[in-house]
Amino acid sequence: MVKYILKRLGVAFLVALTVSIITFSLIYVSGDPAVALAGEAASNEEIEHIRKSYGYDRPIPVQYMDWLGRALQGDLGRSHYLKEEISDVILARLPNTLILAGCAIAFALTLSIPLGVAAAIRPNSLIDRFALTLAVVGQALPSFWFALIMMFFLGIKLRWLPISRVETWQGFIMPAIALGYYVTPGVMRLTRAGMLEVLQSDYIRTAKAKGLRPLTVLFKHALRNAIIPVVSLAAVQFGFMLGGSIVIESIFAINGLGFLAWETIQRGDLPMMQAIVLVLSLFYILITFLADMLNAFLDPRIRVT
Amino acid sequence: MATQDHTASAAEILEPSPMAQMRRRVFGHYGIIIGGAVLAIIFAIAIFAPLLTPFDPILDQDLAQKLKPPFWHDSPKYDPAHPLGTDLQGRDYLTRLVHGARISLLIGFSAMIISGVIGTALGVAAGYFGGRVDMIVNFIITTRLSMPVVLVALAVVSLIGSSLWIVIWVLGLLIWDRFAVVMRSTTMQVRNLDYVAAAQACGCSTFRIILTEIMPNVVNHLIVVATLEMAHAILLEAALSFLGLGVQPPAPSWGLMISEAKGMMFFDAWLIGIPGAALFALILSINLLGDGVRDVTAPENRN
Repeated sequence: MVKYILKRLGVAFLVALTVSIITFSLIYVSGDPAVALAGEAASNEEIEHIRKSYGYDRPIPVQYMDWLGRALQGDLGRSHYLKEEISDVILARLPNTLILAGCAIAFALTLSIPLGVAAAIRPNSLIDRFALTLAVVGQALPSFWFALIMMFFLGIKLRWLPISRVETWQGFIMPAIALGYYVTPGVMRLTRAGMLEVLQSDYIRTAKAKGLRPLTVLFKHALRNAIIPVVSLAAVQFGFMLGGSIVIESIFAINGLGFLAWETIQRGDLPMMQAIVLVLSLFYILITFLADMLNAFLDPRIRVT
Repeated sequence: MATQDHTASAAEILEPSPMAQMRRRVFGHYGIIIGGAVLAIIFAIAIFAPLLTPFDPILDQDLAQKLKPPFWHDSPKYDPAHPLGTDLQGRDYLTRLVHGARISLLIGFSAMIISGVIGTALGVAAGYFGGRVDMIVNFIITTRLSMPVVLVALAVVSLIGSSLWIVIWVLGLLIWDRFAVVMRSTTMQVRNLDYVAAAQACGCSTFRIILTEIMPNVVNHLIVVATLEMAHAILLEAALSFLGLGVQPPAPSWGLMISEAKGMMFFDAWLIGIPGAALFALILSINLLGDGVRDVTAPENRN
């Protein structure tokens, strides 16, 4: 187990390092960052001044080491536009995105796991057909369009839910559904397939033959084994949601990281853009690492190999 | 000998040929029929777009004609020349819709080809050679997965400027991960089979083994992933255009049409409904077709 954790930790570290290099080089995609920051109307002296004051005149590896060293100490630099510490801005916006993604994954799991289990108990039944139809439709629905449609019916026509810039819990319902439904097809299919396989196994037959209550067999014996791959998928999807909430947050004007990213990109605020990509990537690496640990804990086969 | 021949021919009479069985499975599969039909219609619409309506999607602006309602709105403002109404600039909405199919299909297909080439090369190499190559490819896949696609695409497009081909290349270079993952695992399974060992014993070159022994046996998985990724690319383009950093106005991208109509949601919600429904139909048909191909080619998935 210790060897497995160390190996996994090493990989996570290397991935984080590679991601930081890629993130850093993002500002060189467009060529000269000083020219990009100065804008079109800037004179040569102004560009030169910006290059000096932001340190873009130093060799690139030196800039990278400096940036990484500061980032490791929690100093992500100052925003060109907001004139504030980037780490402060990100910390202020992070909770909203975490709440949104948390609600979204909770919504997705509470919808998809019971549906997947129900579909697996009676394959080809009405409920199975319903679940599969829901999965096919859900996968084809563009999330931003679905969000607007929900806004139109629930917000404007029926006036049940607030549509924008609301910090109460009601304000998170529609964004969470719009962000979460996209995950349900995958989780549901995986739960269904896992349950179908497990329910045919010998130990389930034994458990039934022993005369255990059907519900005990279903939840304690079957679901526990079928859920293992779902844990990985849910973790990966949670990571994607943190990065994908940019569309939903900009529609509902939720003051989170995604909205910040959108504003930042429109302002061309390069250091802030780098910092957001870095933070979201590191979150993803952390979440998938924790999910792997949880999986190894749940399934001894993983840590042995 | 004679009896053996006799039974063999009897078996042939009793059982249809594999090709006939396949044909029966394909045409008995609702997903393939419906998905294929809808996709074929959208494809035909995209090809013949300029012939379908008398207007130009960009040039025929007439502010006096703006925001005509579609035919199902029982309104005196309805103009039979514009069955789906007109947008804020007075452009015919049906014309923009059918031209939008071109953009979606072009982006979906091109980005899928680019990502397919990258992902398949990485995945097959990892699966075939294993060992250190596999380790490196796995590392590349993990790194790619930890970068948020939408955010990186938006950032890159905002830095180098957005045009149709830049969007295609950025998406193509970002979404190859599923190709690599699936090709890696399927190649791994195939490479341990006897006929690959036989080909190696015959002295076939690695390139030839991969091309003629491995690829034909993983191609059905490749097609399934290709449909998924094409749908994925189309959705991403729509999302990028919706955020204003994908295809630029005045091009008739469906995502952009939804974005332009966003402000009119309170009064003219159909402006959002129509391009969104088109996007939904296109993605649904591609996914149905992909699911169908998987069901038909992989017997173990057929329950």
